[in-house]
Amino acid sequence: MEKLVTLIPLFPLAGFLFITFLGKGLSKNFIGGIGSGAIFLSFLVSVLVFTTQMHGAHPTVVKAFDWITAGSFDIDISFLVDPLSAIYLLFITGVGFLIHLYSIGYMHEDEGFNRFIAYLNLFVFFMLILILGDSYLTMFVGWEGVGVCSFMLIGFWYKDMKNNDAAKKAFIVNRIGDLGLILGMCLLFAYSGTLRFDELFISGRAIAGLPNDVATTIGILLFIGAMGKSAQIPLHTWLPDAMAGPTPVSALIHAATMVTAGIYMVARSSNLFAMTETASELIMWAGILTSLMGATIALTQNDIKKVLAYSTVSQLGLMFVALGMGAYSTAVFHVITHAFFKALLFLGSGSVIHGMGGEQDIRRMGGLKKHMPTTHLTFLIGTIAIAGIFPFAGFFSKDQIIAVAFEENKLMFVLGLVVSACTAFYMFRLYFLTFTGKFRGTHEQEHHLHESPAVMTLPLVILAVLSVVGGFIGLPHAVGESMHMHWHWLDHYLDGTVVMPGLHMDLKTELMLMGVATLIAIGGIYFAWTKYVKRGELALEDKDITSASHKLLLNKYWFDELYDAIIRKPVDGISKAFSSVVEPKIIDGLVEGTGEATGATGGKLRLLQSGSLFFYILLFIVGLIALLLYI
Amino acid sequence: MLSEYAFWFLSFVAVFSAAGMIFSKNPVYSVLSLIITFFAVAGHYFLLGAQFLAAVHIIVYAGAIMVLFLYVIMMLNLNKLEEEKRSLWSKSLSVAAGGILMLVLLAAVQRTDELNAIAACEYDAAMGLTQNLGNVLYREFLLPFELASVLFLGAMVGAVYLSKKELA
Amino acid sequence: MELYHNITINHYLVLAAVLFGMGALGILFRRNAIIMFMCIELMLNAVNISLVAFSKMWNHTDAQVFVFFIMVVAAAEVAVGLAILMMLYRNMHTTDTSVLNKLKF
Repeated sequence: MEKLVTLIPLFPLAGFLFITFLGKGLSKNFIGGIGSGAIFLSFLVSVLVFTTQMHGAHPTVVKAFDWITAGSFDIDISFLVDPLSAIYLLFITGVGFLIHLYSIGYMHEDEGFNRFIAYLNLFVFFMLILILGDSYLTMFVGWEGVGVCSFMLIGFWYKDMKNNDAAKKAFIVNRIGDLGLILGMCLLFAYSGTLRFDELFISGRAIAGLPNDVATTIGILLFIGAMGKSAQIPLHTWLPDAMAGPTPVSALIHAATMVTAGIYMVARSSNLFAMTETASELIMWAGILTSLMGATIALTQNDIKKVLAYSTVSQLGLMFVALGMGAYSTAVFHVITHAFFKALLFLGSGSVIHGMGGEQDIRRMGGLKKHMPTTHLTFLIGTIAIAGIFPFAGFFSKDQIIAVAFEENKLMFVLGLVVSACTAFYMFRLYFLTFTGKFRGTHEQEHHLHESPAVMTLPLVILAVLSVVGGFIGLPHAVGESMHMHWHWLDHYLDGTVVMPGLHMDLKTELMLMGVATLIAIGGIYFAWTKYVKRGELALEDKDITSASHKLLLNKYWFDELYDAIIRKPVDGISKAFSSVVEPKIIDGLVEGTGEATGATGGKLRLLQSGSLFFYILLFIVGLIALLLYI
Repeated sequence: MLSEYAFWFLSFVAVFSAAGMIFSKNPVYSVLSLIITFFAVAGHYFLLGAQFLAAVHIIVYAGAIMVLFLYVIMMLNLNKLEEEKRSLWSKSLSVAAGGILMLVLLAAVQRTDELNAIAACEYDAAMGLTQNLGNVLYREFLLPFELASVLFLGAMVGAVYLSKKELA
Repeated sequence: MELYHNITINHYLVLAAVLFGMGALGILFRRNAIIMFMCIELMLNAVNISLVAFSKMWNHTDAQVFVFFIMVVAAAEVAVGLAILMMLYRNMHTTDTSVLNKLKF
């Protein structure tokens, strides 16, 4: 049964090839159907595969084919089927399928429709390779592949230069992280002789003997790779700019899949990270800083998608905090719930943008709930979920993180609560400004407002349902026991694949923490409601912003400008120096100089042909002398 | 004993008349010096036992070739003294080159082992006789012999053709 | 006076070398084409001497045949060369070789 796993990446690949090579002239719905169908088939097979892993972990390696064989150097492409990869498979193919459906509606008018679906399929293919890979090397193939696909998808509307710049930025920042990943892989290989997960982690024999500082270095290097992919400080700058791509792209890549690859990798390497305190602490601190930064910036943003982007950054930060504290399954839990409600929110925002005819500034929106009821309802559900209100999905996962923080590191606990408060506030700010109150846009926009077609709203509904019930896979231990429900199912499920934190709390502490978290969230919501609904304040126009802290946040802590000054300007300077000095003088000088030298030598040598007989005979005799001397 | 003296005498004559040929200003004097050189060389041939060659040498070189030279000089009316306009630079260069060549050749000769010390009469003296040489020439070297006549034909045709005046 | 009791082949070779060198010198030294020609003849003679000396050394007539043919060639060469020289004189009205400098770049 596990052998079927090779089919899973094959379906999207086939979809991509079919659409690319045979798709000309076919109707858009048909193409969309092919693309979505491929993912749906993968989803079905993923369910089958998942059932094999549901009752206890049976890690199985399924070999696909030999990649490089050179003497004793043998690399093959194999897939590892175990609980971690199986559950990732489920939500990647599931959410991916829903997003494919949605794109059929969203991108219907676009002339590059075929290209879009093809790229989406290709992206899912690579993501599946990443998840299913049985060694760091296979995972890296998928890692790079999703980077390339995200480049192609972010810059999808390539006619506008801004989009291309954003795509380039995404790819380059990713690459910088990848350097760390590659170095980490090399170091790991050098010390343990293998890159396969089963040898390294499942049986554990390969890394058992690693000295501590080596493990720390490897951990830090791997985390740098995760930083690039999952947008942690300081490699986070690409994610907000990546909103230049179409909304389904943001939903798929930046909510559910690509950014979670970093989490996946760290979770996969949990045995390694458990060995090193320093690297884990680094992860934790990077995570909380990122989280705080993202949350505070999101307070001031006025573009729907930018708010969601920074929210993603912030939530990812929380996941890394969990990873840093050793709660690997908690992080995976939050990944899953986040995929649900963030994809929902992005798709919902896409629906709003679609209805508004392309407008993305929430200051021009308002009162949309009358015009777009389904979108409004699902978006509201997503917002509640992300704010962490019982019993929606986000509550359980975030609460688990807070609980672990309470146990491990009180500072993280406090900061996590701050982030929760900010999250609740800005998400509800977004909701209120968009859907309630009076419409603030132009007249034509008001006429244009309509609910999105079913093909777009159906995924929204499904995701909304998942956002409501998705949290129950990870009920806290104490509560679940007292209610005789399947408790900590996710933890048990992942046991054996990732390191477990060994967390035990009594019911009282659990309930208290749940209460505190809920209170904080409700407080945030109340603040937002007061400010934007009761008092009817509106988000400030750009020219009205005066306070310095507001400016700081609005300008994203001037990170981009900082990078500009530190990195781009020196590199530009060096490039200029090279192109104006080195290139013309040195290199051209060399090349042309050789030619000129040859010409000059020829010019001198031709004077030998002086025509003077005397000279000729002289040389004749001199040659003869030379010959005789030689002999 | 006599052959020794003969050798040294003939050598000196050859060298001095060669020098005379080179440095003489009057072309006719050069020709005459060269003729004397040829005679000396013929004498050397006699000493070396190549009688046929000595005879042929005198007939061909001194008798035909030098006469041809004289004809040409006469026709071109070159018996005037010609000014030597060679610069000092080229003269010294030529002396240097020629001198070095001579030295190199001499050095080469000195390097060889003492070749068979053959006195002028310790060998088969009949070797250079006409009869013997004729035998060799017509037996083993028949083809080159005939080709030599073809060569002469070519030379004759060439000489005649080159000397023709272009008919206007 | 006591000279060498034996005239060895080396002596003849030395003589040939000297004559050859003088011929080379003569070519470079003189500018008159006819004199240059005669120096060439001198050089050929030097070679002939050495060949005959070797013929005596090896007691073999092959070298003398070679000398014979050298003389043949020298005669033919002189004939043609002087014809050329005559033509040259007809065009240049001088036998000075330093005016012959057209064979150049």
